[in-house]
Amino acid sequence: MLEKAACFDEMLGDDGTRAPYALVDAWLKSLPRDQLELKRREAEGLFRRIGITFAVYTEGGDPERLIPFDLIPRVLAQAEWQRLKLGLEQRVKALNAFIHDVYHGREILRAGRVPERLVLHNSQFRPEMAGFDLPGHIYSHIAGIDMVRTGPDQYYVLEDNCRTPSGVSYMVENREVMLRLFPDLFRRAAVAPVAHYPDELLETLRSVPPPNCRGEPTVVLLTPGIHNSAYYEHAFLADEMGIELVEGEDLLVQGDVCYMRTTRGLARVDVIYRRIDDEYIDPLVFHPNSMLGVPGLYFAYRAGNVNLANAIGAGIADDKAVYIHVPEMIRFYLGEEPLLSNVPTYDCRLPDDLKYVLAHLDELVVKAVHGSGGYGMLVGPHATQGQLAEFRALLKARPYDYIAQPTLSLSTVPTFVEQGIAPRHVDLRPFVLSGGDRIRIVPGGLTRVALREGSLVVNSSQGGGTKDTWVLEG
Amino acid sequence: MLARTAESLFWLARYLERADYVARLLQGAAHMSAARVDADRSSEWESAIIAAGCQPAFAAEHAQVSAAAVIHYLAFDTRNPSSIVSCIETARRNARTVRTALTADMWDAVNGTWLELRGFDPSQLDDDRVAAFLDWVKLRSRLFHGVYTSTMLRADGFHFTRLGQFLERADNSARLLDVKYHVRLPNPEDVGGLVDYYQWLAILRVVGARRAYRVLFKGQVTPIHVAELMILRAEFPRSLVFCFEQITMQLDQINGQDPLRSAEGKRLAHSLYAQLRFGRIDHIFSSGLHEYLTDVIERSDELGREIANGYLF
Repeated sequence: MLEKAACFDEMLGDDGTRAPYALVDAWLKSLPRDQLELKRREAEGLFRRIGITFAVYTEGGDPERLIPFDLIPRVLAQAEWQRLKLGLEQRVKALNAFIHDVYHGREILRAGRVPERLVLHNSQFRPEMAGFDLPGHIYSHIAGIDMVRTGPDQYYVLEDNCRTPSGVSYMVENREVMLRLFPDLFRRAAVAPVAHYPDELLETLRSVPPPNCRGEPTVVLLTPGIHNSAYYEHAFLADEMGIELVEGEDLLVQGDVCYMRTTRGLARVDVIYRRIDDEYIDPLVFHPNSMLGVPGLYFAYRAGNVNLANAIGAGIADDKAVYIHVPEMIRFYLGEEPLLSNVPTYDCRLPDDLKYVLAHLDELVVKAVHGSGGYGMLVGPHATQGQLAEFRALLKARPYDYIAQPTLSLSTVPTFVEQGIAPRHVDLRPFVLSGGDRIRIVPGGLTRVALREGSLVVNSSQGGGTKDTWVLEG
Repeated sequence: MLARTAESLFWLARYLERADYVARLLQGAAHMSAARVDADRSSEWESAIIAAGCQPAFAAEHAQVSAAAVIHYLAFDTRNPSSIVSCIETARRNARTVRTALTADMWDAVNGTWLELRGFDPSQLDDDRVAAFLDWVKLRSRLFHGVYTSTMLRADGFHFTRLGQFLERADNSARLLDVKYHVRLPNPEDVGGLVDYYQWLAILRVVGARRAYRVLFKGQVTPIHVAELMILRAEFPRSLVFCFEQITMQLDQINGQDPLRSAEGKRLAHSLYAQLRFGRIDHIFSSGLHEYLTDVIERSDELGREIANGYLF
């Protein structure tokens, strides 16, 4: 990471408190420090009572851990948000068009705009989906787009999550907790609400019934169960939408129709919001030992008797090497210039790129193409000589498994830490809902914050926390 | 409603009812053993183990019955699935898998209990603190009962919850009364004596029914009246007849679309209810109280299995 002064602070800016933060700044100045500590503990108690926990498997200790919540909100002005929103809509439209194309005519591959090898030899490519028409041609109904900011007007998309992005329950619950702790603060601010996200999600899911669905579609949420790290979110969303939260054993397929087992017998299911990975969803077609999935579900899907959100095979669009080509997808499918920037990315498969990466390893961030959650990545400027040597060897041995990006100087937001209030790096994950009718985006998203000083890794599995994200009205 | 959801609600309620019962048993045993004048104080603790249905498992691990061993086994031993701690853990696990079927207040009651439970350190508990812990367990169980009764929609979820609670309670009441069959008196001639009298009184104490007894029967505590209260008196909410009135009521209101499948459970419940409603205590005594209670316990078990079968658990 560069010098601390070199990064953009979203509250302080370059010359005095920025307008969107005027209220938060005044509030922080008026708030006694011990009050903040008191409220922090109160917030922790609330999260525990509600049961908003997140399991991390690589550590010992408490299996039901809380993700640290920071009380100081992250604020976006309405104009800033509008620009992001348009860019997000554009990007997700192109991503869905790309996935559809990949499983149909493969126009973009034939036009040579995306390398064929990259797609067809990708472990996320599902040949089972070829030539299969989905309702509304939507594959990634729920997309989480990870963004970072480096200046007042400069945002970058870090990665697209097109499979089963999580974290939206924190977006909603963080606001809920803030409203309980600081009602007077919200009386003085005009903050766009986020509590309607579950309604928007349900509308989205209901807008993509399978072709053979008659009448109102029955929607369920399929979870791997209480041991999944995001189980709370699954329960929360099902509860808020008023739909059944099912596990694989609750569903069965007979005659290519999917049913759930109820106390009144079998009930037909039309749309499944599944939070289980492709590989586990149907043991007859994918991972044969999966206990989480539903045997035969793929055939019910192909028969047009059930729809899945997100679609099987949507992961082809969020591969870190495919990411490089998203701006090209936008030009190809929409005939528009991208509104959101990609981070310049070196594709280590290309000899020239690899050469550059090896020569500048201590300046770059290297990521495994299929990694997620901040695992298997190298932050060059923060790495030890040993780590650099390790990655140099890895890159030479398996160049096609890695990409590299310049280390961005991520923006900071004031954060309440042990030493007091200090700037910490943040990112933003807005959630984009694509239905058969339209795209819906709830203002804001999930802000993740790297709580350790100077750290750029915001993942909750790596000691990151979250913040309430405000989009100001008007 | 999902069959798995119904099953979890059923067991959630059963386990919290069981935690309450085990707490009551331990308090009853502590009181009785303190009140005894002769040397054999361990028999009260043994009766608590029997009434909890844990005797074979306990005996396999403990050669001697002592107050400390029984308290540990019934309250804190995580290897005992019916210990208070295990009951609360299992209840909370069931609650977590069906969070969407619980009202917010129900979740708060169950999760709050589980969170507070972590604050009790068994190794730090002396007699006073154990007593306070058992009071707390009863309080939390009552809280859950009150919260679900006052917040749940009167739909299948509620019926399965109540079904679990009252099937568990029926089983508990039958076992509690049956303990008299197993507990030895110091001498055969003590039947009807002071110790015997106190043991019958202890049953009333466990179920919190000393006042109810005096209202209904006026005079001294006699075995036949205690048994009548626990089995046949519909006014008393822990009697078998009361429990089965609840059970049949819930079963009748659950909308099974598969009448054949759920019919056997309903038949079992109604036939047992009819037997209890029209039973006479002198008949029960003349053909043997222990045999009668054993039959009720077995048929309750069978009913539990039929409910699971009838509603696809």
